[in-house]
Amino acid sequence: MKKYTYTEKKDTRSGFGAGLSELGKSNPNVVALCADLTGSLKMDAFAKEHPDRFFQIGIAEANMIGIAAGLTIGGKIPFTGTFANFSTGRVYDQIRQSVAYSGKNVKICASHAGLTLGEDGATHQILEDLGLMKMLPGMVVINPCDYNQTKAATIAIADYDGPVYLRFGRPTVPNFTPADQKFEIGKAVMLNEGTDVSIFATGHLVWKAIEAGEQLAAAGISAEIINIHTVKPLDFSAVLNSAKKTRCVVTAEEHQMNGGLGDSIAQLLARELPTPVEMVAVNDSFGESGTPDQLMTKYGLDAVNIVEAVKKVMKRK
Amino acid sequence: MASTAELEKIVSQVRRDIVRMVHAVNSGHPGGSLGCTEYLVALYFETLKHNSANFSMNGIGEDLFFLSNGHISPVFYSVLAHSGYFPVKELATFRKLNTRLQGHPTTHEHLEGVRIASGSLGQGLSVAIGAALAKKLNNDKNIVYTLHGDGELQEGQIWEAAMYAAAKKVDNIISTVDMNGQQIDGSTDQVLPMGSLRAKFEAFGWDVLDLEKGNDIASVVATLNKAKEHTGKGKPVMILMKTEMGHGVDFMMGSHKWHGVAPNDEQLAQALNQNPETLGDY
Repeated sequence: MKKYTYTEKKDTRSGFGAGLSELGKSNPNVVALCADLTGSLKMDAFAKEHPDRFFQIGIAEANMIGIAAGLTIGGKIPFTGTFANFSTGRVYDQIRQSVAYSGKNVKICASHAGLTLGEDGATHQILEDLGLMKMLPGMVVINPCDYNQTKAATIAIADYDGPVYLRFGRPTVPNFTPADQKFEIGKAVMLNEGTDVSIFATGHLVWKAIEAGEQLAAAGISAEIINIHTVKPLDFSAVLNSAKKTRCVVTAEEHQMNGGLGDSIAQLLARELPTPVEMVAVNDSFGESGTPDQLMTKYGLDAVNIVEAVKKVMKRK
Repeated sequence: MASTAELEKIVSQVRRDIVRMVHAVNSGHPGGSLGCTEYLVALYFETLKHNSANFSMNGIGEDLFFLSNGHISPVFYSVLAHSGYFPVKELATFRKLNTRLQGHPTTHEHLEGVRIASGSLGQGLSVAIGAALAKKLNNDKNIVYTLHGDGELQEGQIWEAAMYAAAKKVDNIISTVDMNGQQIDGSTDQVLPMGSLRAKFEAFGWDVLDLEKGNDIASVVATLNKAKEHTGKGKPVMILMKTEMGHGVDFMMGSHKWHGVAPNDEQLAQALNQNPETLGDY
């Protein structure tokens, strides 16, 4: 097992804020919109540095999505910022008609996704956003794993012409990806080559997959670990090549099992290469109040759950 | 500047196109289309500064128009075609398989003249505000126009947008509400009375103009000209335009029943009789 280390834990939302600030300096067409969560989204730097290109919309997310769509018509590249729940479910029809169907170059940037939002509880902990967004034709869906990768993804999506959903979170997590690693939309990142099982993880679950890989290695199991930062378009060849080698798959994500990354991978494998799959995800349930760590444990999204899933799926080969 | 008589000729042809288009596919929305014919003809043939021969999505250096009540696509398509955005004969493909003239307008099929999809109501004002903000950033002094149905104002997003436009002084926008007083289930007063729209928009901080005769082309032109003079003064501009649903076809006039129903062969003949061919049928 390849050794991964980190010097500090950082929140992915700060990676977004840093990336946005950098874009503000490098790309004059980038504009940002926020629905009264500038601090939470770490958009303060951009707002301060480029007041003319920052739009405080107020608590009106539907209007924010529409305004963003309109700004693209004048050649701007709008980044909208609010919590993942208010970035997707609340404004689904606005995104569907004014952004996705209209083919507008809007970057929907969503923080506080999933259970790790913590104490605010289920009203704010969306676990359905990846599914909602990946179902929209033409929508790119990105869920990076740490600060560095979120920053790189933020910068990369400005160069892609089309609608993007960028999902990140609130808690601090190990910042382990190289700061200079180029972000390629749709290109999975191989974290550890292995032979016994393929673990495909996204977002906060990537580090947990690394922890699981270490535990599995200690038990003599060689896990291949792949970071699927782009849920859509899915890196088909990365999934198929790995599954062909290991012949069993575990997926891991901070999302509902229905409609998530596991769904996408299982669909691909069912069509191209039928392979046993176990999914580490929330199983048809809302979240609740608690600390992020407590919630990840209660809802079965820890390294130990990945280890259990691996043992189970290997018996199904 | 086109004369009133010239504009009226276009109006008559557009009305023929509308009823022929919806009749051909036995579907579509003639009522609101007929009621807004004068507005769209006045806008595209008199008011808008636009480049129909060289359509560009970003519309930099041009006025822009956003149709928020996308179901009145027949009038929009006819006016766009006669303005030179695409061939008039393409109107014959309306709502047919593989057409660029979808039931509701879309950019998806790359139809020149359309800059946003609309149909799901209430979204166009926000989009127009975004386009107006982009114009300000680009130092582009042109104006953004929108059209909405009165029933559409029951959508909450309209009021989010109305609040924003006034609060942030988006004063390069001229919106118009088609006050025909009708919606699918009946009159707006029966379905959901909205009270005084003037009072509501004024309370939100808009500069509100009344257009009492929305089916009189000279009045529409005059009001649009007046509205233009009201831009750039710190407030978004709203025209409350009274129209008659189905105007120009006597048996369709003033009733919600022709919101989304196509005429049969006999009714088509009657409607065409009342609107002479002036520019040639597609």
